[in-house]
Amino acid sequence: MSLIAFLGAIETGLLFGLVALGVFLSFRILNFPDLTVDGSLPLGAAVAATLIVGGWDPYAATAAAMVAGALAGLVTAWLNVRLGILHLLASILTMIALYTVNLRVMGKPNQPLLGEQTVFTPLEELGLPYYVASLLLFLAVGLAAKLVLDWFLRTETGLAMRATGANPRMARAQGINTAAMTLLGMAISNSLVALAGALFAQSQGGADVSMGIGVIVVGLAAVIVGEAVLPARRIVVATVAVFLGSIIYRLVVALALNADFIGLQAQDLKLITAVLVVVAMTLPGMRRRLRRRREGGAA
Amino acid sequence: MIRVEDVHVTFNPGTPIETRALRGLDLDIPAGQFVTVIGSNGSGKSTLLNVLCGEVAPERGRVTIGQDDVTAWTTHRRAGRVARVFQDPMAGTCEALSIEENLALAQSRGRRRGLRASVGGAERRAFRDHLAVLGLGLEDRLEDRMGLLSGGQRQAVSLVMATLNPLDILLLDEHTAALDPKTAAFVMELTDRFVRDGGLTTLMVTHSMRQALDHGARTVMLHEGRVVLDVDAEQRRGLRVEDLLRMFERVRGEELSDDSLLLG
Repeated sequence: MSLIAFLGAIETGLLFGLVALGVFLSFRILNFPDLTVDGSLPLGAAVAATLIVGGWDPYAATAAAMVAGALAGLVTAWLNVRLGILHLLASILTMIALYTVNLRVMGKPNQPLLGEQTVFTPLEELGLPYYVASLLLFLAVGLAAKLVLDWFLRTETGLAMRATGANPRMARAQGINTAAMTLLGMAISNSLVALAGALFAQSQGGADVSMGIGVIVVGLAAVIVGEAVLPARRIVVATVAVFLGSIIYRLVVALALNADFIGLQAQDLKLITAVLVVVAMTLPGMRRRLRRRREGGAA
Repeated sequence: MIRVEDVHVTFNPGTPIETRALRGLDLDIPAGQFVTVIGSNGSGKSTLLNVLCGEVAPERGRVTIGQDDVTAWTTHRRAGRVARVFQDPMAGTCEALSIEENLALAQSRGRRRGLRASVGGAERRAFRDHLAVLGLGLEDRLEDRMGLLSGGQRQAVSLVMATLNPLDILLLDEHTAALDPKTAAFVMELTDRFVRDGGLTTLMVTHSMRQALDHGARTVMLHEGRVVLDVDAEQRRGLRVEDLLRMFERVRGEELSDDSLLLG
């Protein structure tokens, strides 16, 4: 693997660490399997790209993208807690609806950002090469998101959110409005994913309506790989594991695609991802069974 | 003062599995009274608790706590006034969270939750004092996960959590049923102490007639969703389990099968 490919994997890993952080919040903290992310990532990209082309300041456009993502999360949570639609189905419905929304936002299937001011422009003006600028920015944003989430989950409200996911009946008995916590958590989760989408569009030179396909699996892969590599009880460590998982996932994918003798090509990416998730999900269980069998044999 | 008036609850209405859990239940509990509730399976004990804490909404009737009609209040809105200890030690606490985080959740019960740190130095000191009362050494394990504790320890912590804040009624839902006899006795001892020290209005549901007669100041028996026996402290003195069974038979005029109620 070349240095550029290596740095590229780290950079994408950091960016999708934001997605993984959102997935961690919905799947792990709220216990809400949320597929909205496949729609909220391109939503963030579409909103940011359209606004930037429309003359908005790139930072304001990125913030607007986060608000749009939060709204998408709110819709999914609302379908679930107010209308009583099964969480998984509620998220699929929002995801499908967002496909149309994204086309409408851009008015076309993609929105290029050629020659536009982006959040990277000030860093590039400092004379930093492009790949270093984006690496630094993703690192800073990822770190900030991690620290804010760490802090939030330790506050009274954050603790109430964790209880909502872990034991909703107990949470209600302790006076926690579990519906409100689900709404809030899903909004935060999807705003993080939309932020990733907005940054992705600005670093890739445009938004595309199909850029969200399979994002949920990538995010889930990062969370699960992270948990396998760095099992954590503490939130502070768990959020590090999420980013670690995301970077490891990217490196594994880059290695697989770069190893010519395996004969894998770029179009095999989604299949590799799916297989990786299955392996990461079943490996810990298989290891435990193997150990038990060995101990059983010794006794 | 807790008042339950003519409460009706039907599960799965209009279906073949329709169950009329409560059929016009009336119950008044004066402030500071410890009432024990007995009844066979399906008599409506659990439903009564669920109606009091807000998990089940009655289709008819009224629930009053103090001066407030709380019939339409959600569980979390009532939580500032109603505390509950569940039968399942797993249900009343969060095993993924630490002991101090569980206590912090209970500490905020009935208050607005903001963005302050959930556990600070002052809280930690207070929690340590509250846990020391139990004599289980848990005051030195504040950061341990709740899941590491035994069932009895978890029920003891649940009791502390329930009584951390002022409350109008304490609901005990067969909270010793899942414990071994020795641990159950310990938890009941704690319960009596907490209720006495706090002068708490308490409703304890139990499967054991013995336990019902040995604790509190009044015993109520439910059958088919109604109160069929109401024995006050005066009448309870010297009352044996067999007497209670006989009284019940007289009221209902029917034979009560032995296995539907535990005599122990």
